[in-house]
Amino acid sequence: MFKVKVYVTLRESVLDPQGKAVTHSLHSLNYPEVSDVRIGKYMELTIEKSERDLDEVINEICSKLLANTVIEDYRYEVEECVPQ
Amino acid sequence: MKFAVIVFPGSNCDVDMYHAIKDELGEQVEYVWHDTESLDEFDGILLPGGFSYGDYLRTGAIARFSKVMQAVVKAAEAGKPILGVCNGFQILLEAGLLPGAMRRNESLSFICKPVELKVENNQTIFSTAYSLGETISIPVAHGEGNYYCDEETLAALKENNQIVFTYQDNPNGSLEDIAGIINEKGNVLGMMPHPERAVDELLGGADGLKLFQSIVRSWREANVVKA
Amino acid sequence: MLLKHEPSTEQVKTEKLYQQMGLSDEEFTLVENILGRTPNYTETGLFSVMWSEHCSYKNSKPVLKKFPITGEKVLQGPGEGAGIVDIGDEQAVVFKIESHNHPSAIEPYQGAATGVGGIIRDIFSMGARPIALLNSLRFGELDESARVRYLFKEVVAGIAGYGNCIGIPTVGGEIQFDASYDGNPLVNAMCVGLIDHKDIKKGLAQGVGNTVMYVGAKTGRDGIHGATFASEELTDQSDENRPAVQVGDPFMEKLLLEACLELIQSDALVGIQDMGAAGLTSSSAEMASKAGMGIEMNLDLVPQRETGMTAYEMMLSESQERMLIVVTKGREQEIKDLFTKYDLEAVAIGTVTDDKKLRLLQHGEVVADVPVDALAEDAPVYHKPSKVPAYYEEFQAMEQEIPQVSDLKETLLQLLSQPTIASKEWVYNQYDYMVRTNTVVSPGSDAAVVRIRGTRKALAMTTDCNSRYVYLDPEVGGKIAVAEAARNIVCSGAEPLAITDNLNFGNPEKPEVFWQIEKSADGISEACRVLGTPVIGGNVSLYNETNGTAIYPTPVIGMVGLVTDLNHITTQNFKNNGDLIYLVGETKDEFGGSELQKLIHGKVFGKAPELNIDVEKTNQDHVLTAIRAGVVQSAHDLSEGGLGVAVAESLFTNEQLGAEISIEGNLVSALFSETQSRFLLTVKKEHQTEFESLVAAKLIGEVNNTAALKVKAENNTVLEASVNQLKDAWKGAIPCLLKSRD
Repeated sequence: MFKVKVYVTLRESVLDPQGKAVTHSLHSLNYPEVSDVRIGKYMELTIEKSERDLDEVINEICSKLLANTVIEDYRYEVEECVPQ
Repeated sequence: MKFAVIVFPGSNCDVDMYHAIKDELGEQVEYVWHDTESLDEFDGILLPGGFSYGDYLRTGAIARFSKVMQAVVKAAEAGKPILGVCNGFQILLEAGLLPGAMRRNESLSFICKPVELKVENNQTIFSTAYSLGETISIPVAHGEGNYYCDEETLAALKENNQIVFTYQDNPNGSLEDIAGIINEKGNVLGMMPHPERAVDELLGGADGLKLFQSIVRSWREANVVKA
Repeated sequence: MLLKHEPSTEQVKTEKLYQQMGLSDEEFTLVENILGRTPNYTETGLFSVMWSEHCSYKNSKPVLKKFPITGEKVLQGPGEGAGIVDIGDEQAVVFKIESHNHPSAIEPYQGAATGVGGIIRDIFSMGARPIALLNSLRFGELDESARVRYLFKEVVAGIAGYGNCIGIPTVGGEIQFDASYDGNPLVNAMCVGLIDHKDIKKGLAQGVGNTVMYVGAKTGRDGIHGATFASEELTDQSDENRPAVQVGDPFMEKLLLEACLELIQSDALVGIQDMGAAGLTSSSAEMASKAGMGIEMNLDLVPQRETGMTAYEMMLSESQERMLIVVTKGREQEIKDLFTKYDLEAVAIGTVTDDKKLRLLQHGEVVADVPVDALAEDAPVYHKPSKVPAYYEEFQAMEQEIPQVSDLKETLLQLLSQPTIASKEWVYNQYDYMVRTNTVVSPGSDAAVVRIRGTRKALAMTTDCNSRYVYLDPEVGGKIAVAEAARNIVCSGAEPLAITDNLNFGNPEKPEVFWQIEKSADGISEACRVLGTPVIGGNVSLYNETNGTAIYPTPVIGMVGLVTDLNHITTQNFKNNGDLIYLVGETKDEFGGSELQKLIHGKVFGKAPELNIDVEKTNQDHVLTAIRAGVVQSAHDLSEGGLGVAVAESLFTNEQLGAEISIEGNLVSALFSETQSRFLLTVKKEHQTEFESLVAAKLIGEVNNTAALKVKAENNTVLEASVNQLKDAWKGAIPCLLKSRD
């Protein structure tokens, strides 16, 4: 069994209005050192072992549903879980 | 002419669309549930606004996988007029029937108010009843109407005259003030403003009615030729 | 399975655990006497929520008895999910208002959102299609703290988030700002529904052997003891109670709404009730008690979102978007199929019995067995001591004083930019007020108007309460709240039908607070009797205090009126160049609790404006008669800021128009006094004679096309301003307060 952590963020080239608002707010809270904030989504998937290649499955899931690749990028991390 | 109003779980402008067609346009219309497999009996397909599947994950992201969407794709290929309004537009984008994507409004707030649109192309089956450059008032009501596409796509949209409506005073940060676009083939229109909310003077204006009248007129012309 | 350890019956008593749940020593003894034994932990929990103020009205019952609750058009008064009023043609209107103050103070977005979700369920559980939402909000002063601005923004976003998603238009409301609400904002949500007489359903668990089914979202540990939480004062420690706040899922509720409205058409449905405050406990106990029956439920069958939940947790959970229904035995499958269509589950969890007991089973054991009437009916009723507050006597002894104003124009501009008067466009543009395409008059008017499709009729609706007046004089203030609501309804061209009330007050154990409750109920009752608008339901929210300081007494009135013909619909904005401007009602020097007093002194004091309810009734009748005769172009009631503000507001829609009016007597009073029972009307010249024969009104000026407001006194111009300047002050105030500081 695998625990897959998926991070979806807006593409670099796409304006992130939420991130912009948070950056602005951090500046007014006196954190001038914060130069940029990008807001994204974090998802945890539990995936059973199957015959298919895990990376292939995850990439398919991400590009099909979890991210809209017109405006979003994704990356993921895989952890293998040992059932207790 | 017979219209289908597609109802997804969470659609909420289905009633408005239905009554605009039935009461104000005077054409036939039926609600069609999201698990329907065939749209063959319908001449025009309407994807209404709302929050399909709660708009969880992304607007329109889950609805595009409904069974009925395969039939919508088929109808699009067959050249039937397909109109997606608000959430319907978002679904058409997610389904790849129209290019681009939606982002949250620049203000980060939901916005509901009448806005002025400019008719950029009156040669589509959805806009022949308008004159070119005409200013019309149609309400918007959305939290994610901030249209985006890459430069290449934008160039193509302009090149093919696919931008049908633009905002006079951009309410959401949309690229190039885009309010509504059509596919290259000219039979699938997506727009954020709600023409079905502007069909009755009692409710503040009827500028949206001409859009529906355009569809019917084009359909009649095509069918009279066929017959 | 590992079960959470639950205290023993012995511990409940010896360690006085019931006190943490909100039961007093006396109440616990009363429970022991009713049962003839000591209740176990779960049973103690059942009593504690059912006997909370929120569910039992134990402190407010003697006050609520004062209200007139009957009328020839009332089909359902207080006691069910919502009240129902006949509107003819076998149709009826269903409406209710409810508070979600405490949850909103802790988590404003979800608190407000679930408040909206809860009131919608109250409407569709009656069998009605919800057609409109309204709200009444109170916050501290916007310019005082970032926390207040945060609460304001998040509450508005929460209301928008829920209402927009479920697709019910938010068509109206009111917002006031005052320091007394600093730590304790008020969030009252009202829902209006439409129903055919034949579809009216009640929360009754009838028919021995019938099946009790659970529908909607699964039960989790959220919101446990929400009803008790709502019956306590907020303190700095309240944040620790965070788990008491529930999270709303408007998508789930949309499915539940459509499924339930289909269910209503099924003759297999016997009874239906929302699992609102006190969740499974109140819905089951009340449905059984009202039907004179009992209910037995197997808690193992309750759909659960979390594992290892105890009986106590399941019964007290306030997870949202759930309904309890009773269906004819043997027809469970068709009900399940109906819900499956909407991707929802309907699960049989119990049966109706004839022993008038609520019996709960878990893991094969009886975990609670108590009489339903004891839970639903037998909560003790307290007659709290009442005492006239010292401040009231002091205020009553004061003479009416006219504030000193040096520059009328500057004062008008300042009044227009006070948050309470300023445009609320920033708020209502976040609400989808048009969905379902029936909204004829949008937010920003005196009352919202929603047409009834397929008829010539429409419903006018409003929420009102000027709590400054109620604070200065609860009885007069209560009367004014009802009168103002009715005035707004009349201005839109409708006849007032009935009211729902939301009594927001401080801690009733303080005699001065209880006196405020009693007196305002007296005022509301009198106004309702004379104006012919019975109270068909409502909500009580007490203990609205922060660290010992009570809010202004705020009995919010939600009123619905009937427009008998779409042609009668009237709005406040001036329509045509040349129309005559009339003022209905006398103007006195009344500034106690006024916007001008607040502006100049930074506080309110003295006597509230007087209200002669018979004069009010006469003026309203005249105005409605003239509107129905078709001789009124615009109608606006005079409220905060008086005549000056009313005339200015009437000019903000059509920017080409202007107005010239003449005033007499004391200029400050003429422009800014808040004397009650007054209307501003415009009339076409050709209708002058007919209008004057119908309404006793004073001609004060004329609409022109100067795009400016000119006020004259004895032929001298005393105030002149362009409409643009006035509008900028009015429109820009709230966005400016929010933008410049965060």
